[in-house]
Amino acid sequence: MGLTADEFTIQFIATLIKFAIVAGLLLQIPPLMVWAERRIPAMMQRRKGPNRVGIFKWRIYGLMQSLADTIKLIFKEEVVPEGAQKAFYHLAPVFSVFPAFLIAMAIPYGPDIHAFGTIIPLSVIRVDVGFLFIFAVSSLAVYGITIAGWASNNKYSLLGSLRASAQMISYEIPLGMSLIPPVLIYGSLDLNKIVEAQNHFWKWGVFLSPLSFVLFLIAMFAETNRAPFDLAEAEGELVAGFHTEYTSAKFAAFFLGEYVGMFVLSCLASTMFFGGWQIPFIDVQKLDELTGFIGVSAIFGHVTLMLKATFFMWLYVWVRWTVPRFRYDQLMSLGWKYMIPLGLVNVVLTAVVLAAVRFS
Amino acid sequence: MNPYIPVLIVLIFGLTLGAILSALAAFLGPRNPRPEKSDPYECGVPKVTNANEKMSVKFYLTAILFILFDIETIFLYLWAKAFPQLGWFGVIEIMVFMVILVAGYIYVLKRGALEWD
Repeated sequence: MGLTADEFTIQFIATLIKFAIVAGLLLQIPPLMVWAERRIPAMMQRRKGPNRVGIFKWRIYGLMQSLADTIKLIFKEEVVPEGAQKAFYHLAPVFSVFPAFLIAMAIPYGPDIHAFGTIIPLSVIRVDVGFLFIFAVSSLAVYGITIAGWASNNKYSLLGSLRASAQMISYEIPLGMSLIPPVLIYGSLDLNKIVEAQNHFWKWGVFLSPLSFVLFLIAMFAETNRAPFDLAEAEGELVAGFHTEYTSAKFAAFFLGEYVGMFVLSCLASTMFFGGWQIPFIDVQKLDELTGFIGVSAIFGHVTLMLKATFFMWLYVWVRWTVPRFRYDQLMSLGWKYMIPLGLVNVVLTAVVLAAVRFS
Repeated sequence: MNPYIPVLIVLIFGLTLGAILSALAAFLGPRNPRPEKSDPYECGVPKVTNANEKMSVKFYLTAILFILFDIETIFLYLWAKAFPQLGWFGVIEIMVFMVILVAGYIYVLKRGALEWD
């Protein structure tokens, strides 16, 4: 790309602004989700949930509970277990935080903005091989869990981390395979191009490739170690799994990584199967020209994607309080014996049907 | 602008954030260590053996199988990208590839590598 010096400056400043916005957004996810994860089950079970902590006299449904919890966590004493591998013990939370942030930056949060004589993409990281980047980085999340469990010198941690890492690597294969049919259908590895191709309601991935969506949804729950696949931290058996020995801010770091990871997969599900920033029956990309203001399309697209992602975040909580936990052998056989063959059949069938339609 | 410059920025931010969270407690929290406190948690009972003992070989097997299947998934991505140019040739090629892969998969299945009991 031959960019002039001015364009480079604009792109660089735009990148910094986009980065600040997305990072600020991501840091709001864990407190909100912790709150939602206590209020929603309370609603389902007809109890109150946290409803006291607010600002001055306004209680705002206990929304400030998470803030209070965060402050409390940070000011707690840190206990390092005896016999822990010190360097790795301190490194593990870092490894569980940064992969989630890296993937979140690769998601297109809105249509491209045409401004200042250049095209500004609304994802912080825009690489041609978007998918390969996402899968390469998402694999790194396993390291945080493995290191945490191994370095803690605790049996519960070790068992939890072994379970979690085996589960995560097993479900990464169906997760990867479930996204191949959409790539075949839309013909691109670039996430933004895939969203642009879903410009009609009936072109959404969930209608063109429903089996992929089902596989992705199941793998999504398993990848983030959430119920019904939360064997890594099965409270009845393993206390808290791989972060049993972690206290104070390091404990919070694991939750930050987990919730950002959930949010990223929710965004990815909306992007691949529900049209990302596309609004049904409205051409979002034309909104700038129609209204005459630059950035209207970006705001509408962004809000749409966030609403879709919110639905998936809610689904996480809903499923957690509805479905009982799997047994470990059931979990592994579901992944290896059912989902991988189904994924392969899905890829071949999609390829044959597509070839019959397009090359006939 | 090189598309990998943002990757570098985010990487530095992510690592710094993790490091800050990891170091925060050391500065802000109180510190009064006691030997009972730093014992690895085993439901309040004094610990019996060291934690780093032998683990099931199943986990290693899963890891090895994962590497094989994951590389194959990445290969499928590149094929999916080139699908429009390849045409029917691509479909037949992927069929051949799948037959070999499924043969290996059935071997693994028959040898009981995927059984957890």
